[in-house]
Amino acid sequence: MDPIIMEGTPKTPEIRFDAGKGIIEIRGRSIPENAIEFYKPMVDWLEKYSKNPAKETIVNFQLEYFNTSSSKCILDLFKKLETIHKESRSVIVNWYYEEDDEDMLEAGEDYESIIRIPFTMIEMEEQ
Amino acid sequence: MAFNIQQSYRKMNEGEVLLAYKGSITTDLITNVLDVVESKLEEAKSVSAVKKKVYSVLVESLQNLYHHIEDLPDNMKDQFDTRFGILVVSKMDGLYRISTGNFVRSTRVKYLKDKIDKINSLSRDELKDMYKFVLNHQKITEKGGGGLGLIDIAKKTGNKLEYVFQKYNNDYYFFNLNIFVSETSG
Repeated sequence: MDPIIMEGTPKTPEIRFDAGKGIIEIRGRSIPENAIEFYKPMVDWLEKYSKNPAKETIVNFQLEYFNTSSSKCILDLFKKLETIHKESRSVIVNWYYEEDDEDMLEAGEDYESIIRIPFTMIEMEEQ
Repeated sequence: MAFNIQQSYRKMNEGEVLLAYKGSITTDLITNVLDVVESKLEEAKSVSAVKKKVYSVLVESLQNLYHHIEDLPDNMKDQFDTRFGILVVSKMDGLYRISTGNFVRSTRVKYLKDKIDKINSLSRDELKDMYKFVLNHQKITEKGGGGLGLIDIAKKTGNKLEYVFQKYNNDYYFFNLNIFVSETSG
């Protein structure tokens, strides 16, 4: 499976989906007006990946901002990851948030409670 | 008294204005506004958690405008830009205020009022539950977040949403929404 590698832009995050390494990474800002269009390739990719995932999938979410339009798409991604997790494949989710950003921590906790994969919350010191 | 756009705009411009805009709300405009406000916030003295809240609420309110702006009828088009909206970000008395204005069809006024009143009546925990419920159960629409915008704003700011609907003509009302972020929050 070809990886998806995308640079970040002022409104969209940096993306790294690598099936060979079992790494799913989203970093930066996700505030596009049309998040569905932006996330479609990633949702489709995960759909395929979930049929033949790596032994261990490491998921790193390191978002500075995301809009509500993205929040639904991110949930879609997590639901695909939940399928992999349910089939007893290891899925490790690291949710990064900046020190004092309680909204971002809470957003992670919300997802964790909906999809039932344990998250590791990682606080980062402000640069 | 008839509705007067200049008067509304002046009123929205009270306090220390960080940015004021009146015209078409497009994706490029949103990008520019976010850029300008972000650099103004960098200069501001508020703590970073508050600046983040202001930015994040601004994104949401602008995109709400963008997704819900109505195409105006011909008899209004000579007075207003297409996709006309107003945005003012200001600071006063320890509060950041994000004020938006746009025309809505008369038929949508009740729906909007009910929705905002409902959100304003909820406690923080209830808002959190509502957010999670809508996130998990409502279908994504092509338009945007599927009704999460205002819930998210209310949840993040912890303040009530203020609104005014002023009649413009039989078909349209001018909808002014004020969002407040306290400097002491976060």
